[in-house]
Amino acid sequence: MQEATLSFKARAQEALADPTLKIAIDRTTGTAERKRAVAMTQFPQFEAARERGKRIKDHVIANLDHYLLEFERNAIASGAKVHWARTAEEASQIVVRLCKEAGAKRVTRVKSMLGEEIGLPHALDEAGIERVETDLAEHIVQLGGDRPSHIVWPSMHRTREQVSEMFKRLHRAPHQEETIEAMVDSARRELRDKFLTADVAISGANFLVADTGATCTVTNEGNAELTTTPPRVHIVTAGIEKLVPSTEHALLLLRLLVRSATGADVTQYTTFHCGPKQTGDRDGPEEFHIVLVDNGRTRMLREGMKDMLRCIRCGACMNHCVVFRQLGGHVYGGTYPGPMGAVLTPVFDGLESSRDLPHACTMNGKCQEVCPVAIPLPTLLRGWRDRSWREGLEPATVRFGLGIHTFVASRPRLYRLGTAIAIRVMRLFSRGGLVKGMPGLGAWTAYREFPAPAKRTFMEMYKDQEKGQ
Amino acid sequence: MTNPQNASRPPSSPRVGLFVTCLVDAMRPSVGFATLKLLRDAGCRVEVPDAQTCCGQPAFNSGDTADAAVLARHFIETFEGYDYVVAPSGSCVGMTRAHYAEALADDPAWAERARRLGERTYELMSFLVDVMHFAPADVKLDTSFTYHDSCSGLRELGVHDQPRALLDKVSGLTLKPLEGNDVCCGFGGTFCVKYPAISNAVVGEKADAIDRSGASLLLGGDLGCLMNMAGKLKRKGSSVRSFHAAEVLAGMAGGPAIGEER
Repeated sequence: MQEATLSFKARAQEALADPTLKIAIDRTTGTAERKRAVAMTQFPQFEAARERGKRIKDHVIANLDHYLLEFERNAIASGAKVHWARTAEEASQIVVRLCKEAGAKRVTRVKSMLGEEIGLPHALDEAGIERVETDLAEHIVQLGGDRPSHIVWPSMHRTREQVSEMFKRLHRAPHQEETIEAMVDSARRELRDKFLTADVAISGANFLVADTGATCTVTNEGNAELTTTPPRVHIVTAGIEKLVPSTEHALLLLRLLVRSATGADVTQYTTFHCGPKQTGDRDGPEEFHIVLVDNGRTRMLREGMKDMLRCIRCGACMNHCVVFRQLGGHVYGGTYPGPMGAVLTPVFDGLESSRDLPHACTMNGKCQEVCPVAIPLPTLLRGWRDRSWREGLEPATVRFGLGIHTFVASRPRLYRLGTAIAIRVMRLFSRGGLVKGMPGLGAWTAYREFPAPAKRTFMEMYKDQEKGQ
Repeated sequence: MTNPQNASRPPSSPRVGLFVTCLVDAMRPSVGFATLKLLRDAGCRVEVPDAQTCCGQPAFNSGDTADAAVLARHFIETFEGYDYVVAPSGSCVGMTRAHYAEALADDPAWAERARRLGERTYELMSFLVDVMHFAPADVKLDTSFTYHDSCSGLRELGVHDQPRALLDKVSGLTLKPLEGNDVCCGFGGTFCVKYPAISNAVVGEKADAIDRSGASLLLGGDLGCLMNMAGKLKRKGSSVRSFHAAEVLAGMAGGPAIGEER
């Protein structure tokens, strides 16, 4: 879903120059980081749960064909209609077709990153169907006409002060008091009648339960329940990697998900949807559709990226990423930001347009450390760098530079000589212990001092000492 | 990370190959001499193989796996004859221990040699504590310090307690905690010159945290990160002075700090 025309670096510069954005990022990710840390102190079984979570996902991914068919069988038995989509385009077109068949004028949507991935908001807008985002943060994103910047807090990029201003400008009966409660009430007044008058509800799924055919959605606002209950038709879109063998497995992963995402013990609302309204049910949709989406996932399986299919979309990797915390999510350009987005965006958008993402990482390993399903994110990012190198996408200057470096560094005498010359050249530019104005060091010295090297290399001095002894 | 050597007695005068690292060789030889002294004090027979160059990490992290493999083979050939290999850097040791086998994955025989050498390759602080059960004696420095845990050492090698245990033995030296001590400083090898503006934003926050610690010295175990942080501290006019922890432990912190005139 590449829409930015600016380069990654240019987008990064813009983000770095926006102090309000930095305040917004720090508030959200800082709170998430602190709450997760507290949750971890109260969850000593984390390591064991993480190992089990990893094993569950690995097992499902290794037996995807089996669990997909089991899920489809049980979902159909419950009365659901199951649709298969190979690509983002196919998936969004299936949803649009179902909406049209239902004669939908207004659809309500529960926040779903898969929906963003397949371009559903855009596809619905194009089809002339009124789309109402019911998640509070997605409502803010929709009002602002922009895109989610975080997978858990889509409107993270806006401060509450900015949101207040927007609500006052765009809501029918905006809040008077500057409190969070009054703002939430304003959104509630804006959205409530739309919840009740929608023709179709569209949600995602956090888990697809193979042995029951149910889909599971978690929210903290209860909007999923309110969204999916009144309309006549409910459509679920989900990536095929969301499968779990049973409800028990979903609950174990849920414990990891919620602690990693918000630091809470449980999500406020955890709902299992299993088929349409049955005889005797007081409410629920008459039609229940599940759209199973591949969109690159089986390719990831084939191309050595199966570890990434464990991802349960908790956002901990981005909350703990030093780069994300300076830039926010929009700079990444794709549906998913942060470390997990830097791994996924090249899958969806191609490496050529996104090769900066795997590079814009210090390889500090924090994301892997906090990942609830132990995804080796730095290894996967380096995998993209490796591929970018092999496909000739890396700049000629870097290729040339590293080529020379390897040529010299595999010849110790030449290397010794090169180092000895290099430090003497650097010393020509050194004043007061710092290298000043030396060509080639600008990227460093634009922002910080470059400490001057010693007069002689360690190896020169060490050899003299050895001779002296 | 548990260390199998931990419970056992230290080896008696092992033959140690010192890998000084390219940065220490070129930029700050005093760290190399401090390392040499500490290893000798700990009872090691230390040699500095003349053929050593670079561990290959810049190539590896740039995606240039073939060139990384060339330098990995060179490193293995240079060092595999020693009982142990020690370097004053978690980053370079992380490369050899955690990533050589990956860089040489196409060549099982070399990957196996990499794995065997990796088991005997140590970051300096963890080698002194975990293998040699060493503690510095008669080192005195009346000042306060704060400590930055460099990421590769911390997360790939489990280096965290060891430098603190060693520095605790320096009389007169007190630790002032660093907020976000385990948060990356924004160096990231080639990252800091590929994305200098982002790197700067990260190290700017780090330098502010270092200043807030109230310590007189910034210590760490990786020269790359230290040059990044010292460079930022200098630019913002901070009075905090930066040294490699080995220099302090060897009683060699009397000279100019990183970025001071010598």
